[in-house]
Amino acid sequence: MAETLRIDPTDRFELHPFYMFRWEERQKAYLLMYPEGIVKLNETAAETLKRCDGDRSVTEIIDELKEEVKNGPNPESASLVEKSVCKFLEESSAKGWIRKKEGGLEENGNR
Amino acid sequence: MVIGKEEMEVRLDGQGIPLWLCMEVTYRCPLQCPWCNNPLDYDTYRKHELSTDEWFRVLHEGREMGALQIGLTGGEPMMRDDIVEITAEAGRLGYYTNLITGGVGLTKDKLEALKEAGLNQIQLSIQSCDPAITNKLIGADAHDKKMQVARDIKALDFPLSLNIPVCRESIDQTKEILDMCEEVEADYLEYVQIQYYNWALHNRDELLPTKEQVKRSEQLVNEARERLGKKMTIYFVVPDYHDKFPKACMNGWGAIHLTIAPDGTAMPCQEARAIKEIDFPSVRDHDLSWIWHESPAFNLYRGEDWMKEPCRSCDDKEKDVGGCRCQAYLLTGDATNTDPVCYKSPHHYIVEEAITEASRPGRNTLPYVMRSVQSAASLRE
Ligand code: SF4
Ligand code: SF4
Repeated sequence: MAETLRIDPTDRFELHPFYMFRWEERQKAYLLMYPEGIVKLNETAAETLKRCDGDRSVTEIIDELKEEVKNGPNPESASLVEKSVCKFLEESSAKGWIRKKEGGLEENGNR
Repeated sequence: MVIGKEEMEVRLDGQGIPLWLCMEVTYRCPLQCPWCNNPLDYDTYRKHELSTDEWFRVLHEGREMGALQIGLTGGEPMMRDDIVEITAEAGRLGYYTNLITGGVGLTKDKLEALKEAGLNQIQLSIQSCDPAITNKLIGADAHDKKMQVARDIKALDFPLSLNIPVCRESIDQTKEILDMCEEVEADYLEYVQIQYYNWALHNRDELLPTKEQVKRSEQLVNEARERLGKKMTIYFVVPDYHDKFPKACMNGWGAIHLTIAPDGTAMPCQEARAIKEIDFPSVRDHDLSWIWHESPAFNLYRGEDWMKEPCRSCDDKEKDVGGCRCQAYLLTGDATNTDPVCYKSPHHYIVEEAITEASRPGRNTLPYVMRSVQSAASLRE
């Protein structure tokens, strides 16, 4: 039973409560820790996950990150943001790191 | 920020850091499991347990070195009156904190206090879906209590990990056990392979499942994985006795694991004291950094220089680091030998004989040697 998740721009994701996500100075990186596991995230993943607060929608996350990239050392790559964010959300929800925030803000019933 | 094309997961820099700290806070325990990995003289540690402050010091020094995960284990960690305080200190320092428990002593109040203290997850051991078998295996009437604890853990929104040891007496119930785990909505199920050290080694011929049992069980686990998907993560590793290659024990000696016994003895793994010739340092005499980086015990089997043939010239040595030093020692008398689980080991026949014995038709079943002070005394004779 393969679970393929389509990312909807209005979706709101939150960190799954089993996971601990924090900065680790020693590793100079954000880590995700869970039972029996530790994962070190790259910057794109970390910046996306930071914003999975159950409040921001996917569109909002993408817009924010585009802004960040435009102000960064490599502004041309802003066009890659949407694709990498969606890929990260797909993969990390398949892994159970994040989940869709249920109820409340369901704006469209097309899924 | 920059957008990277690389993988979203990057390699954790574990080089030279004890990422996992295993704290055996006590060897006291109300249960009597015949696979217990505590030493036979577990009862003598009672008088020498580290104090709360000494455990705090271990936690602090560990964090300074970059340790990230804490396993609070034992014995039964709930036997320590200060377990909530220790947990709170670990949480405050930023560890991901795991409690490894048999469930006895884990009342609702204690669970709530642990939640408050920042405990991240609980691994609860359960032995069977059949109360009679569980109670027989652990030598106590605790099955129903364990099931209640599983429900309480869920009710408090902790991730529920169930640890189930695979042994000959329970492995044929794999299907029913999986159903039970599904019913209590376990998030993780770990089929723990019994490692044959200490008590387990004395009970090996009674505990070791047959090849056929392992195969059937593995198939049922795979079906359950397919069916349950993300709902329940199932860990099932074929017991090393039944495998062709040994496991890369602890990712290597003194690589990422550090265990502290109740009296402060520091070891690269929970079984290492089995190697009698090694003098393990204590956190009572040295700081953790000296123990990890400088102590002769932790450097003994780092790298590859200690290896003998066939490991020395084998292409797989990076993959499995030659297996487990403790198992090599216990089965061959020399810790630098190849782990006899490996099919290339000249001592592999020892493992093969054990497997043959486990499935020999008509063999007499012996009672388990349960963990107790009395049986320890009779084993020493
Ligand atoms: S293995 Fe059993 S007897 Fe040993 S510490 Fe764990 S619960 Fe207690
Ligand atoms: S010979 Fe040694 S290194 Fe090679 S597979 Fe066996 S245990 Fe591993």
